[in-house]
Amino acid sequence: MEFKDYYKVLGVERSAGEDEIKKAFRKLARKHHPDVSKAADAAARMQELNEAYDVLRDPQKRAAYDQLGKGWQGGQEFRPPPDWDAGFEFSGGPGEAGEFVDHSDFFEALFGAARRGGGRQRHAGARQPARGQDHHAKIVVPLEDAFHGATRVLSLRTPEIDPTGHVALRSRQLNVRIPKGIRAGQQVRLQGQGAPGIGGEASGDLYLEVQFEPHPRFRVEGRDLYLTLPVAPWEAALGASVPVRVPDGRLEMNVPAGSQSGRTLRLKGRGIPSAVPGDLYVVLQVVLPPAVSDEARALYKRMAEELPFDPRAGQEGEGWDRN
Amino acid sequence: MGSELIASGVRLGEEAWLELDEFARACGVDNAFVRMLVDEGLVALPAEAPPWCFGGAELARVRRIRRLQRDFEANLQSVAVMLDLIDEVERLRAALLRSNA
Repeated sequence: MEFKDYYKVLGVERSAGEDEIKKAFRKLARKHHPDVSKAADAAARMQELNEAYDVLRDPQKRAAYDQLGKGWQGGQEFRPPPDWDAGFEFSGGPGEAGEFVDHSDFFEALFGAARRGGGRQRHAGARQPARGQDHHAKIVVPLEDAFHGATRVLSLRTPEIDPTGHVALRSRQLNVRIPKGIRAGQQVRLQGQGAPGIGGEASGDLYLEVQFEPHPRFRVEGRDLYLTLPVAPWEAALGASVPVRVPDGRLEMNVPAGSQSGRTLRLKGRGIPSAVPGDLYVVLQVVLPPAVSDEARALYKRMAEELPFDPRAGQEGEGWDRN
Repeated sequence: MGSELIASGVRLGEEAWLELDEFARACGVDNAFVRMLVDEGLVALPAEAPPWCFGGAELARVRRIRRLQRDFEANLQSVAVMLDLIDEVERLRAALLRSNA
């Protein structure tokens, strides 16, 4: 596993005091918190910060970490020596009872066992029977999955306690069914896919949050889809039948004559499927052919001369200059 | 080592609700905490659900509350303000995306 340089993560010296560490954590938390930051890796970054703070703010953990980490650098391949933690007693982190927190391999190997029972556990047989913890995961799927349903592979890492009482992170892959009609942010409850129970008790559940990959053309809001459709001036002015690719196929859309840019057409029931399906809103965007050729320029000049049209008529008012 | 098993589940809020016990456990808190959040108006009981049953939106909200409490060492009143601001930002972002043809 990779050695984690917690001092580097928080941006403090190894000699930093408690106050300095707290300040450093707070400053970075404000910047990288996933509920506040839109960065794609915000959650992972926050996890790393929380882990570093958890270790460095706890005198016992920090002492053990300092002793263990002498001469090591972040990123190096690392293996803890046997009985590295002899003489140290760790307790679970503050206020973390019952909450599954995803840690790095490094943290789990060093401090994981403490979290699960409030104290070092070298004898596996001493554990109380208990229902397995619930886990939470997130999966990002293409929008098309909401229209057809799909089976996707989810990679999970679950901490497992081995016979000697130490914790290792086990990677596993789970095939999950993404149901048709799924909406962004919906949570799917997968019973029994959480942590295994202890002493014959039931396993916990896995709560899977589903989000959509950003789509190149559609924006999703609830069950509704929004699409911007470029149209030529003559299509908007004279009306036209325009082919549109939608997540569940193609359709021919009727652009009514006399449409202007920004006009929104509602296609009822063409949004995400459901008992009451969502709608597809198509926003027309009139695009002008570029006047790059002589012919094009001539055509435009003709239109200017032969079509009586003032786009700014009706905009008279205070502050409007009329030349 | 792969498995041919396909795990399927139920969509919270649409196909199934979580009762108070299950909900509290899924959020990593106790029943009293959930009751208090509802009482204080930080979490609303979903109108379409049976009494004291919760869906996915509520699950995400309570977990967010716990994260904000923990990571910012914020008291509940501060967290309430943060939640409102976060919701507003998300609303504005969505509106911006919709109008940015």
